[in-house]
Amino acid sequence: MKATYNRDDDKKIRQDFPILTDDVAYLDNAATTQKPIQVLDSMADYYSTSNSNPLRGLYKLSVDATCAYEDSRKAVAGFINAQDASSVIFTRNASESLNLIAYSYGMNFLSEGDEILISIMEHHSNLLPWQQVAARAGAVLKYVEPNEDFIITPELLKQNITDRTKIVAITHVSNVLGVENDIRSFAKIAHDAGALLAVDGAQSVPHIPVDVQDLDCDFLSFSGHKMYAPMGIGVLYGKTELLDKMPPFLYGGEMIESVTRYDAKYAPLPHKFEAGTVNAGGAVGLHAAIDYIKGVGFDLIRAREDHLTELAFELLSQIPGIKILGNKDPLMHHGIITFTVDGVHPHDVATVMDTDNICVRAGHHCAQPLMKYLGVFSTTRASMAFYNTEEEVRKLADALSVIRRKMGYE
Amino acid sequence: MSNTFYNEIITEHNIRPYNKREIKDPDITLEGVNPSCGDDIIVNLKLDENGNISDGAFQGDGCAISQASADMMMDLIIGRSSEDALRLADIFLRMIQGEASEEEIEELEEAGVLRDISHMPSRVKCAVLGWHTVQEMLKDF
Repeated sequence: MKATYNRDDDKKIRQDFPILTDDVAYLDNAATTQKPIQVLDSMADYYSTSNSNPLRGLYKLSVDATCAYEDSRKAVAGFINAQDASSVIFTRNASESLNLIAYSYGMNFLSEGDEILISIMEHHSNLLPWQQVAARAGAVLKYVEPNEDFIITPELLKQNITDRTKIVAITHVSNVLGVENDIRSFAKIAHDAGALLAVDGAQSVPHIPVDVQDLDCDFLSFSGHKMYAPMGIGVLYGKTELLDKMPPFLYGGEMIESVTRYDAKYAPLPHKFEAGTVNAGGAVGLHAAIDYIKGVGFDLIRAREDHLTELAFELLSQIPGIKILGNKDPLMHHGIITFTVDGVHPHDVATVMDTDNICVRAGHHCAQPLMKYLGVFSTTRASMAFYNTEEEVRKLADALSVIRRKMGYE
Repeated sequence: MSNTFYNEIITEHNIRPYNKREIKDPDITLEGVNPSCGDDIIVNLKLDENGNISDGAFQGDGCAISQASADMMMDLIIGRSSEDALRLADIFLRMIQGEASEEEIEELEEAGVLRDISHMPSRVKCAVLGWHTVQEMLKDF
């Protein structure tokens, strides 16, 4: 049976999330999602029964902690269909994952005149590290821009790749426009040109099934906290042959095989990239979040988020003075609705929404070059998770329908 | 329609800011930027031979709070001495910290409506942008 939005599911779904109430409409899910009780309990259980420093101790408790941590790695590998669990590196978040690629791969394998191709719709976390690589390696940072429908077609990507392009770093789903990039086609184009493809999956992995073997991307970065897991745990997937030849990013405890006074031999994957005591509690939470997502199923997650996005489009487009950015089709938005209100600054929009207990994001969304490209200074963004409801979307629309009046316009 | 912080005084100063205009040959000019909001204002002041503010205006873009605050500030400080303007700026900044007395807040006239910003930490920077800029301009003049 096809999954659909059903009002009768609202209560049951929302019961899993202790923070959610009928009073507050939380519509800032692209920034971070709320955590289900299953995730919270898994972490409390880990710290109550299995906590010790993983990978080090020889006693039973440390073995338990190590198992919990490495089980999570296997769960992540299964979730994104990575061939090998050792190709899954735990980081703090997508930003750290992207920095790892830039510092370890970019700074060491790029040289003067090489080109880095990113898109104008990148979050600063997939933009600033490449500015740094370009500056230090003497490489050239280039941007691909979307067409008038806000889509980067394979042709547009192809036009911007040259034989000097060494890496293409691109977001899977834009955190502002919600548009999905055709990663499978992009990977082929990049590989045909001898370049690697690094994908920022922070906004895709929580919402759509992502299969790294099917996409054939070389790297995939994402954050746990945007997919119902705690803050402070993130993932870098990389093809093992690449990760193997890359030097460590951070140096310290538990990432070595042996150390002498002046030299060291580093641990094999994945621990080479995990210096210092790891976030085992966070990894356990991520494991529980993955189990939770699988239990709900992406069919239902997508069906609900798409339905709410369609409803929001329908209601918001009837309000004079509101302009939704990006593609006209709500199903191209992955739950992300970024908009402007004529004459009302986004920070005032968010403040007025807050008075009505509606949480939305306002500002440049860590994508200043994209804002400039779109010709806006800043914007307001509402973003859906599957636990949101029609009532919440109507509440948002009702609040927006009077905002210009509240701000003194006729 | 629930009540918001944005009362008529604030929306009126935001939509029709009397002091948002150009000034010919200003004596002091300074740009103030609030990176979190993207607010960006340029304050221009004219001083007479006694150091009194004979005219003042601002330009730029920003949220209603920063725009209204700057407009009300100008209403208040035009015609005053630099010392007096600095004293009022100090009262305003202390009001935002919740540290000004009722008598002092009364001196701020309309700008006193922004006192509740002290309960909105995310918007404090917007409210103080113009005042901080004027403080910088006058402190060494």
